[in-house]
Amino acid sequence: MEVVMAFVIGVLVAGSVYLLLSRNVLRAVFGVILLSNAVNLVILTVGGLSLGLPPLIGPEAKVLAEPYSNPLPQALILTAIVIGFGLLSFALALVYRAYQELGTLDSDGMRVAEPPEAGPAADAGEMADARRREAA
Amino acid sequence: MVAWLVVSPILVPLTTAALCGLLWGRVKAQRAVSLAGSVLLVICAALLLGQVAEHGITAAQMSNWPAPFGITLVADRLAAVMVLVASVMAVAAAVYALGDIDPVRERNGFHPVFQVLMVGVCGSFVTGDLFNLYVWFEVMLISSFMLLALGGRRDQIDGAVKYALLNLIATAAFLMAVALLYGMTGTLNMADLALRLRTVEAPGTVTTVAVLFIIAFGMKAAVFPLFFWLPASYHTPAVAVQAIFAGLLTKVGVYALLRTFTLIFVGDVGYTHGLMLWIAGLTMAAGVLGSLAVSDLRRAFSWQVVAHIGYMVMGLALYTPLAIAGAVFYLVHDIVVKTNLFLGAGLARRLTGSHELPAMGGLFKAAPLLAVVMFVPLASLAGFPPLSGFWSKLVLLEAGLERQAYVIVAVSLVVSLLTMWLVGRIWAELFWKPHPAGAATGTVSLPPGGRFALVAPLVLLSGLTVGIGLFAEPVMALARDAAAELMHPEPYIRAVLGRGLPATAEALP
Repeated sequence: MEVVMAFVIGVLVAGSVYLLLSRNVLRAVFGVILLSNAVNLVILTVGGLSLGLPPLIGPEAKVLAEPYSNPLPQALILTAIVIGFGLLSFALALVYRAYQELGTLDSDGMRVAEPPEAGPAADAGEMADARRREAA
Repeated sequence: MVAWLVVSPILVPLTTAALCGLLWGRVKAQRAVSLAGSVLLVICAALLLGQVAEHGITAAQMSNWPAPFGITLVADRLAAVMVLVASVMAVAAAVYALGDIDPVRERNGFHPVFQVLMVGVCGSFVTGDLFNLYVWFEVMLISSFMLLALGGRRDQIDGAVKYALLNLIATAAFLMAVALLYGMTGTLNMADLALRLRTVEAPGTVTTVAVLFIIAFGMKAAVFPLFFWLPASYHTPAVAVQAIFAGLLTKVGVYALLRTFTLIFVGDVGYTHGLMLWIAGLTMAAGVLGSLAVSDLRRAFSWQVVAHIGYMVMGLALYTPLAIAGAVFYLVHDIVVKTNLFLGAGLARRLTGSHELPAMGGLFKAAPLLAVVMFVPLASLAGFPPLSGFWSKLVLLEAGLERQAYVIVAVSLVVSLLTMWLVGRIWAELFWKPHPAGAATGTVSLPPGGRFALVAPLVLLSGLTVGIGLFAEPVMALARDAAAELMHPEPYIRAVLGRGLPATAEALP
């Protein structure tokens, strides 16, 4: 079971890294969603996987009998899911707003807060652009 | 035991935020409540510091669940000092906001969200549980997202996208590290973790997780390769928000590093703290070079936030009682100075009409008193002798020489020199140079009520910087005590675990 989980987590993380490396901000947000779900699965896995065991004390018992499943990781994941949901809905709203305001989702095109410094480097970039335009 | 004092840094701003939320749409009432709540927080924080200084580390078990099972709130000297300084910054920013925040931002919930930010910051300081720390980080993060985007200007949205995405990734890394640690030890209570990791069988795995924590907290603290979100976003929101961000948010990351890497991850100091020494040097260098390369005053200060994080990480990385004391002193000094600088930059913009250094000037003539007040944080940033920046740097240098870490000492000296150059440049451009359009207006041009709200926080914080500088000895004594508590965590562990102290505690060194 742990091996299967490890593969699932690996695939999720790989997918999220692929999406995070994209220049499209919306894809990057999807990458973050995948990543946070992968992390939730990590918590579940390291907390110990057990099938069909009770996480609670029986009605007659005074203490938890030995084969039991650990309820704490699930409580942690529940918290993480709720928090993650809030953050991600904010992030999606923010990206939508960014598309409205800036007209692009390409992270290279989002240079309002940090305009390129006027200097030799910026000039070089503009000259390269001009040359490319001439060549085309 | 006065347990409620430990809870008060969370309860007071939370209640204030709730009250502000109830008063939605009634801006004047919100202002009063927000200000009163911030002042009350300062009083509670001062009482807490007094309590901790007198009776030692104070812990409170939430819902009376004994320590490793429930959530523990705990305040040692470091936590109490941080809460106190943070609350004073909250007052300064709240007062400045009275004169500066525009009505649109106020109507859209500036005051409640600002108080929620304080909940997150103070909660991170007093928690004794790693998962709880994650939750407080999230509280801080979501409110900082909102404060950053509040107002909705194009550059704000642009900055907020970068800030949000990179911080969400850091959060995922943090949660992953917490999960792996829980898998190894079966506990999340920091004191309990400290005990269990001493007897762990696979020290290599612990070091791996420790590095994951360095990445997660380092991203929060904006250390060397992970700082790009900070200069991209910090200069965009309202002045009061910039100031509180610059003063507090990165320092919470440094605080978390200080806490975990003196209490929990001390098994492989040679590797983890050696890594941090590299990070510290590179952070300083990158920050100061970045600040020299930009012409926007607020962006120069943003880069300076990065640069000075390096000094605090250096103190932690050297890992001697003196170095840790230096890092604690530096934290206190830097929170005050950075908040002050951003407030000053906001005021300078109001008086000169620009944030670009070439387009500013003539302030010395227009507002001589402001020039004097602004001189204090600038000089303290550079480390001029009687001010707080000088003492904190001196202690760190002494600690570095003691450890014979000559490279980092040399780097920090060069960075100080470059900072001095930057300060000289800013001083000349801002105050001595005549305004290019001759349009620098004096503080007289500000509305009378607003004038007090805008200038009073600057005077207060500059006074605080001078005070820390002149009375460096008692502050240093406090920092030394805090460092002693960090270097010898046994009382901390005892205070948290109390009666639930397991048998292994007998083996405490």
